Amino acid sequence: MLKMTDVKKVFRTDLVETQALRDFNLHVGEGDFVAVTGPSGSGKTTFLNIAGLLETFSGGKYELDGQDVSNLNDKKRSQLRNEKIGFIFQSFNLIPDLNLFDNVDVPLRYRGFNSAERKKRIENSLEMVGLAQRMKHLPSQLSGGQQQRVAIARALAGEPRFLLADEPTGNLDTQMANSVMDLLKNINDAGTTIIMVTHDGELASQARRNIYVRDGKVSEVNNADISSPAQLSAV
Amino acid sequence: MFYYYLTLSLRNIASHKGLSVLIATTIGLGIAASMITYSLIYLMSKDPLPHKSDRVYHIQLDNWSLNTAAIPPDLPPEEVSWTDALNIVHAKQAKYQAANTITWGMVTPADNNIPPFLGIIRATHGEFFPMFDVPFLFGQAWQNYPRGQVENVVVLSKSTNQRIFGGINSVGQTLPMLGQLFTVIGVINDWHPSPKFFDMSLGKFYPPEDLYVPLQIKANLELPHGGNSHCWQSNIGDSYQAFLNSECVNFNLWVELSHQQDKAQFASYLEDYVTQQRALGRFPKATQNIILDIEQWLAHKKVVSSDIYVFFYLSLFFLLVCLFNAASLLSTKLTTTTGQMALRRALGASRQAIFSQCLIETIMLGCLGALIGFSLCALGLSGIKILYPEFSAFITLDMPLLIITIGISILSTVLAGLVPTIKVCMLAPADYLR
Repeated sequence: MLKMTDVKKVFRTDLVETQALRDFNLHVGEGDFVAVTGPSGSGKTTFLNIAGLLETFSGGKYELDGQDVSNLNDKKRSQLRNEKIGFIFQSFNLIPDLNLFDNVDVPLRYRGFNSAERKKRIENSLEMVGLAQRMKHLPSQLSGGQQQRVAIARALAGEPRFLLADEPTGNLDTQMANSVMDLLKNINDAGTTIIMVTHDGELASQARRNIYVRDGKVSEVNNADISSPAQLSAV
Repeated sequence: MFYYYLTLSLRNIASHKGLSVLIATTIGLGIAASMITYSLIYLMSKDPLPHKSDRVYHIQLDNWSLNTAAIPPDLPPEEVSWTDALNIVHAKQAKYQAANTITWGMVTPADNNIPPFLGIIRATHGEFFPMFDVPFLFGQAWQNYPRGQVENVVVLSKSTNQRIFGGINSVGQTLPMLGQLFTVIGVINDWHPSPKFFDMSLGKFYPPEDLYVPLQIKANLELPHGGNSHCWQSNIGDSYQAFLNSECVNFNLWVELSHQQDKAQFASYLEDYVTQQRALGRFPKATQNIILDIEQWLAHKKVVSSDIYVFFYLSLFFLLVCLFNAASLLSTKLTTTTGQMALRRALGASRQAIFSQCLIETIMLGCLGALIGFSLCALGLSGIKILYPEFSAFITLDMPLLIITIGISILSTVLAGLVPTIKVCMLAPADYLR
């Protein structure tokens, strides 16, 4: 359901041309939980941005849910992103002026749901992450772990097929990171496909499937091989 | 989505109060400077009789000597002589016709508690009032009297009626003035045509007179010649009647035609009249009659001076400078929201949606700028009223001016914000999200 075939991404400036992805091939099936690891600058985030339709690619083919997204215009890409993809970022990216309810409301507004439908979805998703009682709070009144839960609630509110997480526990301590990871596993168990970029080998090992990216290419590895950061860098 | 964008805009403006007020004030200053000068031009050039200004005409006849011009290089005088004023008015070739001039004399109210005063008087024909749509509070004007006939009747301004009769309906009351007894037949309601197109001899925005009497009264009582009075003959004699019988000009002559198309016919009548008078030894120069409607007359009199246009162009330049500054500030403001916009893009907002949100916020800032601009404009115009009292009656902030101010402010702000807004829309969300 997410299929990249020979995808290339080249960043060009006047002086330099950088190949961020080269012949990137990946197939992610429904219900997968894929951890993407790799050294800095290997192309993990570029892959995630292309997967999330935040960036275009220079060559190859990318099919999302059977739809070739290569030539979609901005409106179609935005619509597809809104309907099928949920994002979780390392720095949560909540809007500080909006309370939790309004933060979760953002993607639903662009979806065009009526207010009753939006309210139901917001309450359900905040309930799912255990923050239903705090929906009128501002993000600044929450801990880092709670803020990431709000970001997850926001990603889930639209019931996306894919959850794309870029270092979702990168800014959290171990306890909070484990709690967020447990939440992601529960979400995956419920049927949502998750692609998670991480540097943390321990977290990656908890995914169903591991992808290792180096020099813009994919190499698949077993969970057992990357149980520690040292092992990860040795692969 | 409009309401959502509106809410977001207000929230955004509130969370960047300082910057938002700075942007709005920058635009407001530019708007105020240009609107003050524009409103002066707009108000000065406003049509004083909008529904019939194309049918009401000012008449000029060239009764000047062969070797001189009333207005160099070779234009006829702007006023007409007593002889021509009476001849043309009594010929009744138009729907309404009236000559008018300004004069003055002592008014001595019967009530001893009211001190006598020097009344400024407009002497005119009765058709002056319907021709210029003069509004009456009480009573009415006199009809044009047959030639040589007149009654001692007077029409008072509202303030004069207040001064002498305490504001009551004074129609039928007797008023001693000019050494005679006059009967009040009408009281004019508030009336201040701006510009004072029918006689600009004392000033283009001079206030209207205290009292109105039939033109023949001026001759009968030998009232002083006010306004512009020009003569070209070297020896006209010393008597009052000699002045009236001479070619001296002192009377503003106006006519109202039923239809604009009647102008040619009226022009033909005037040509015939001049030819007829030439046969009597007058009008030595070639016929040069000028018939100007109100708009043409105001242009001829240069009611809006070229200085004001210079100020206006300077203020437009200032507005442009303000807009560049506002664009820079808007760019700064939008930069602070770049992360949020990138996030919204990631969450499904299209470029069009981001553009709409930014546009609505810019329009809101434009409205705020309009509010500040309009307030400063009101303040500036009040200052002008204090400095130049003669303008006070016509300087008002009316609805069209308010709409123009808001429109220009919003348009200016949108223009200033267009480039920064497009930049925000075109950003790559991935560059701002970690």
